Amino acid sequence: MNKEIKYNEMYPKGCRTTALEAGVAAPDFSLRSTPDQSVKLSEFRGRPVILAFYPADWSPVCGDQMSLYNEMLGEFQEFDAELIGISVDGAWCHAAFSKERKLHFPLLADFEPKGAVAQSYGVYRRGDGVSERALFVIHPEGNVHWSYVSPVGVNPGAAGILSALETLQSKEAAK
Amino acid sequence: MKTAIPSNIPNSKFTLPAPGRDHIQGPIDAPMALVEYGDYECPFCGEAHPIIRAIQERLGDSLCFAFRNFPLANMHPHAPHAAEAAEAAGTQGRFWEMHDKLFENQDALEDANLAEYAAALGLDARRVLAEVLDGTHGPRVREDFKSGVRGGVNGTPSFFINGARYDGGHGLDPLLAAITQQSGARFAH
Repeated sequence: MNKEIKYNEMYPKGCRTTALEAGVAAPDFSLRSTPDQSVKLSEFRGRPVILAFYPADWSPVCGDQMSLYNEMLGEFQEFDAELIGISVDGAWCHAAFSKERKLHFPLLADFEPKGAVAQSYGVYRRGDGVSERALFVIHPEGNVHWSYVSPVGVNPGAAGILSALETLQSKEAAK
Repeated sequence: MKTAIPSNIPNSKFTLPAPGRDHIQGPIDAPMALVEYGDYECPFCGEAHPIIRAIQERLGDSLCFAFRNFPLANMHPHAPHAAEAAEAAGTQGRFWEMHDKLFENQDALEDANLAEYAAALGLDARRVLAEVLDGTHGPRVREDFKSGVRGGVNGTPSFFINGARYDGGHGLDPLLAAITQQSGARFAH
């Protein structure tokens, strides 16, 4: 029943670097979203982007987290924000997972070199071979606006994301 | 006046049960407040249902329980109408009876079933069905959903004990222990 304990057993190393913090430039990347399509972060310049790094497709908490965000797309759209999920799983795996959970947002494959994008954001668990469960809200101009790393077995929900989108919006409005 | 204990969720805007707004069982000024965000088609919520009932029985008037709708429409296509049917029953004064019926019949939540349950409870079933089909209570259900998103709901069911999200197991013992622990010094009137 306690999924958090299972996660901690499965990913025990947790050798984490420090997640990029607010203010620094978000490293650009281009990753496959499906076997024949790629997504580049800078394509979304001008809109806020939510990057949700998660350890793996199919595992229970991730499933909950991605399925949960899938239900909340309307809330994110109110801020004109694009949601992107990222894990080290391959594009075929993402395609199957996405189809089964009926996800309406892209899952990117940080597959080769493995975890390179997670590393560039400071959220790769080297010994475990997966990324942290980490959230970033990227400013429309390309800087990190907010970041948060959750314990690997705990689904962080979306309250933090929405608060970050709200502060971003009020900052922009004040300009 | 209740004060929420500091939230364990980043930037959470959780709101405590409010009379007139929420469906509440137990005294509003009870020392323990349990809020569930749930989905009538979610099997885990179904499993939690008798456990909540048992906890209510044990704690009696020391517990205030509120239920808010959090239908996961992509995963559970019948959940939104089920939630609206409970709200429709609520306008006829029978929210909790409908709530119980829905959780006891999670595998039969077609619109016709909803009308059948309303009739079995002695409600105006045609009115319940018409309100469901017209989406009369859709805004209310969405309001619950949005409050859950902002409050830190991270799946169904999500429980909040005196304002703090509970991330432990959903069995009777751990949930009961967490509720009684939270009722002590950390709770201010």
